[in-house]
Amino acid sequence: MASPEIDVRYVADLARLDLTDAEAATFQKQLSSILGYVAQLEKVDVSGVPAFSGPVVNNLREDVAGESLPVEVALSNAPKQDNNLIVVPKMIE
Amino acid sequence: MSAHFYTESVSSLRRKLAAKEVTPLEVANDLLARIEAVDPKLSAYNFKPDAEKVRAAAAAADVSKPLGGVPIAIKDVLNVEGDPCTCSSKLLHGYTAPYDATAIAKLREAGAVFVGRTNMDEFAMGSSTENSSWGVTRNPWDTERIPGGSSGGSAAAVGGHEAFAALGSDTGGSIRQPASLCGCVGLKPTYGRVSRYGLVAFASSLDQIGPFTKTVEDAALLLEVISGHDPKDNTSAKRPVPKYTDAIKKDVRGLKLGVPKEYFISGIDPEVQSAIKAAIDQYAKLGAEIVDISLPNTEYACAVYYIIAPAEASANLARFDGVRYGARVKNPKDILDVYRSTRAQGFGPEVKRRIILGTYVLSSGYYDAYYNRAQKVRQLIRQDFTNAFQKCDAILTPTSPTAAFKIGEKTSDPLQMYLADIFTIAVNLAGVCGVSIPCGFTQGKLPIGLQIIGAEWGEENILRAAHAYEQATPWHKELPAI
Repeated sequence: MASPEIDVRYVADLARLDLTDAEAATFQKQLSSILGYVAQLEKVDVSGVPAFSGPVVNNLREDVAGESLPVEVALSNAPKQDNNLIVVPKMIE
Repeated sequence: MSAHFYTESVSSLRRKLAAKEVTPLEVANDLLARIEAVDPKLSAYNFKPDAEKVRAAAAAADVSKPLGGVPIAIKDVLNVEGDPCTCSSKLLHGYTAPYDATAIAKLREAGAVFVGRTNMDEFAMGSSTENSSWGVTRNPWDTERIPGGSSGGSAAAVGGHEAFAALGSDTGGSIRQPASLCGCVGLKPTYGRVSRYGLVAFASSLDQIGPFTKTVEDAALLLEVISGHDPKDNTSAKRPVPKYTDAIKKDVRGLKLGVPKEYFISGIDPEVQSAIKAAIDQYAKLGAEIVDISLPNTEYACAVYYIIAPAEASANLARFDGVRYGARVKNPKDILDVYRSTRAQGFGPEVKRRIILGTYVLSSGYYDAYYNRAQKVRQLIRQDFTNAFQKCDAILTPTSPTAAFKIGEKTSDPLQMYLADIFTIAVNLAGVCGVSIPCGFTQGKLPIGLQIIGAEWGEENILRAAHAYEQATPWHKELPAI
């Protein structure tokens, strides 16, 4: 964590997010400053400390079929659809 | 008829409705007129209520139900079937909710009437409601100032009496901080108390839905309605829901209230500090026992939060890629372009910043140094609260280090904005509950909030403490000049 270096363009690419040059420059500066701030966690002795576990962990229900949204309702916000399927540009040549 | 109802609390409105002193339709009409008059100055609503729909729902309301005929505003992040749900993001302009969130279904069952969608920081990321594709919301006590965030629209609507109550969501303080800045009551329940089904996810291990109200009694009433186990949320707790409206009736004699030294730091506004000190004195007078406590890892809460929350957000927001919903870019080159361009055009700067930050801390080579370490420090913060609650029943702190700041004051420096949540974040990280209640005003007549933190499932204690203080003080009776 010592040297907060971030290649904003590389990480944005992992996140499938296009950035303008201006955005990349601004984020580079701002995120370096934020990473500098969070680097203070290095000071904390965490040896032997377990990772966090919260008040509620996985209250799973029985695996039985129940009511669900009708197809046309579930698809009602899809930008493009055909024959109860969502249409996207061709993925494989 | 000239009588107005819009300044009523939910509880007093309920009594009048039950006694037939007023009808749900009269209440709805009065509130609709108030919104028409005031919302142009505050912009609390992204979508103002559809007057015809509201009148029809009011006319059909059953006043014998717990919230029968009571109009309630909803943060634009909770799905209400048939209404928009944009999360204040351009990416979701045009989206219509196909189903009710569980909290909404419970309000509906209790007879509530839904009145519009309140503004917020995009995907609940922010502390001022300035990160919204719909524009800024203004503070009812000073329209040059922010209402807080991310649930700023809900807070301004209740504080400005253009809603009787509202729902919001709180991931790092997004209910308590705006409630504090707008002079209302805002409650963040214990993680797992309220189902998150139908709440658009920001950071799933931190998010909770909670009420904004004018009084503590109203907060107890709304919490009672929206709480409970839901098979549709595997993090909702299988625990009975106490009668919170009974819990508030007890006074605070014998209640142990902890004051953590780490929350009285340099940087806190002197007017806020003295209001909190006066509130602590008031509790002593009311018969509570004040005890000094320590939450030693408080200083790390903000750093932990800005690793965990963006990490979870980067995963949760991956679904907004232009495929299943949202505004897809026109004429994409290929599927990758659908994802990349839709996200580039749909998300605002704060959301992009947090997606990049979250992706970075989860990326290969950095995961252990950032995310794993943050999860361990988070456990230390949780342990701090567990230790503290061996010595006290609830904890008193400021909700926010300052009163409402000016619009534009912190927008250029994200880190400064992040520090606005310094007193609320640890509560979410630990999974415990907290409420903010009015405890005074600055010289410039801006509200100050007292935060009362409870242990896991400690809502009865914090509501009881909040109610006793409220009944002994005049702050909640003050009205903004708007």
